[in-house]
Amino acid sequence: MISVAGVSKRFGSFTAISDISFEVATGEIVGLLGPNGAGKSTTMRILAGVFPPSSGSARVAGHDVVADSLRARAAVGYFPERVSAYQEMTVQSYLHYVGRMKGVRRAGLSVQADAAMRACGVDTVARRIIGSLSKGFRQRVGIAQALIGNPEVLILDEPTAGLDPEQVAEMRDLIRSLKQDRTVVLSTHILTEVEQTCDRVIILHRGRIVAVDTPANLNRRVQRAGRIYVEVTAPVVEAREWLARVGGVVSVSDAPGSRDGNAVLTILTERDRDVREDIARAIAERGWGLRELRSVAFSLEEIFLTLVQGDDDELERGTHGANLDHLSA
Amino acid sequence: MTSWSEGRTVRIWIICRRELQAAFGSVVAYVLFAVFLLLSGYFFYSDLIFMLLMASFTPVIGLWQWVFLDMRLVVLLILPLITMRLFAEEKKLGTIELLWTYPVRDVEIIAGKFLAAVAFFLLMLLPTAIPFALLYAYQPFDVAPLLVAYLGLVLLGVAFISCGLFISSMTENQVVSAMVTYGILVFFWFMTWNEEAANQATLRILLGLSLFDRFFNFTRGVIDTRDVVFFALFTAFFLFLTWQSLASRRWRGVP
Ligand SMILES: Nc1ncnc2c1ncn2[C@@H]1O[C@H](COP(=O)(O)OP(=O)(O)OP(=O)(O)O)[C@@H](O)[C@H]1O
Ligand SMILES: [Mg+2]
Repeated sequence: MISVAGVSKRFGSFTAISDISFEVATGEIVGLLGPNGAGKSTTMRILAGVFPPSSGSARVAGHDVVADSLRARAAVGYFPERVSAYQEMTVQSYLHYVGRMKGVRRAGLSVQADAAMRACGVDTVARRIIGSLSKGFRQRVGIAQALIGNPEVLILDEPTAGLDPEQVAEMRDLIRSLKQDRTVVLSTHILTEVEQTCDRVIILHRGRIVAVDTPANLNRRVQRAGRIYVEVTAPVVEAREWLARVGGVVSVSDAPGSRDGNAVLTILTERDRDVREDIARAIAERGWGLRELRSVAFSLEEIFLTLVQGDDDELERGTHGANLDHLSA
Repeated sequence: MTSWSEGRTVRIWIICRRELQAAFGSVVAYVLFAVFLLLSGYFFYSDLIFMLLMASFTPVIGLWQWVFLDMRLVVLLILPLITMRLFAEEKKLGTIELLWTYPVRDVEIIAGKFLAAVAFFLLMLLPTAIPFALLYAYQPFDVAPLLVAYLGLVLLGVAFISCGLFISSMTENQVVSAMVTYGILVFFWFMTWNEEAANQATLRILLGLSLFDRFFNFTRGVIDTRDVVFFALFTAFFLFLTWQSLASRRWRGVP
């Protein structure tokens, strides 16, 4: 349904993506995962027909995005990273406008707009001005906009960004419900999100594909070690040495905020081994005060580094306790 | 699944209609409308009084000339305020990116917006004919020169619109869009004013390019093909630049 072959995109002398190739089968949901600036949006814009690739070729629903741009675009529903709609229009009139732009016949217009509004849960605000809607609702209007015209392919650029957790869950259900006869490519920063929605994940890093796999396999590849954050009222050096002796601990290092009398430590443990209780016990044994103890997921950036380098050296060293948790969710 | 070719011919009208709805959905359109009518009405009235006082009332053509020379200033003042939002607003909102993903050609997008602005302009000109009609009822006159003057004004306005459309496609700031358009139009207007500084050859070129000098003939009731061609070329040139400006996303990316 989608085939991308050797696509690169340069902006001036800057190469945003280089030599990207992948295929997406009909009915598949594929996630593009990558840190900021990885090239997710650039790839999706090429598929949606916003701009052509600098080199290489891409086909959507059998149409080349350059040579047969209009047909390719007609087969795609696109949800842009920057959610936007004409502020002064009502939801309904906006969707009708979009339908006409996509060439939906007048007779089918209302039916399609109603169906899209119901699917995205915006039928209750059909007559409201878009500018007056909350961010979450505007986002849904954006998705509804993508659905108009019954496109075979949906390109959704960070559909859950900026939503509250409940809305994120709803959006995920919505996307999964769209799957039936459509092919979906979505992008995200969030690992757990692709795990829950996607059949396959393409990981981009600095404009290149570093991995293509199922979410389960990827997870296994990157879960090399565990990491624990602990805060103890104890002398730093002593605490470090003592905890390093606990079975299953690979290394212990200082985290920011660590000072004598209040040791803040990051502990790396062996894979698939939960040593949190052992550590708590070890701390209690010494009569120290345990102020905090939790396991910390590796950040996306750290995971990318491992994938890029193909070994887990970086994980072992990458012990920045502070910028942990934007994807631990 | 829909085919892209359905309703292709009407996409220009869909865009044009949305533009007009957006324009009339905001108070700005009505303010511009009102200012335009007040100013052109005022000029008509004062020019008429002037003519009545200064000359015995015969030279209707002379009156047209005064009125239309004043009206072009009003047009110069108003049109950049109409064209400023055409692309700038879409760039600011980000809706332009969505527009590019619909099965519509850049040329159709430009045509739709251009036609919307022209329609707005013509709509604005319509009521200015009322005083002339009243005058005609009072004392019939030869309407041909008046129509020629209107033709000139329309051509001039359309040329302004194409220039404003281009500038609007270059920025996402509406104020910048209007100001730069003013700058360019005023430059084209007054570039023959420093005749002393230029030598004969350059002066001839400048005269050829001056919007002011091209418009002047129309106000006298004279259609010179060269003038018409000039305005057509001026308009086409800026529409072409607009097209290039939209196409520049290929290497510039999305704002
Ligand atoms: N119009 C442009 N001009 C110059 N560079 C650009 C342009 N658009 C994108 N880039 C650069 O290309 C790279 C990839 O950008 P892209 O928007 O595709 O990243 P992304 O993966 O979507 O990131 P994010 O997660 O922040 O959305 C970035 O380094 C970005 O700075
Ligand atoms: Mg992006």
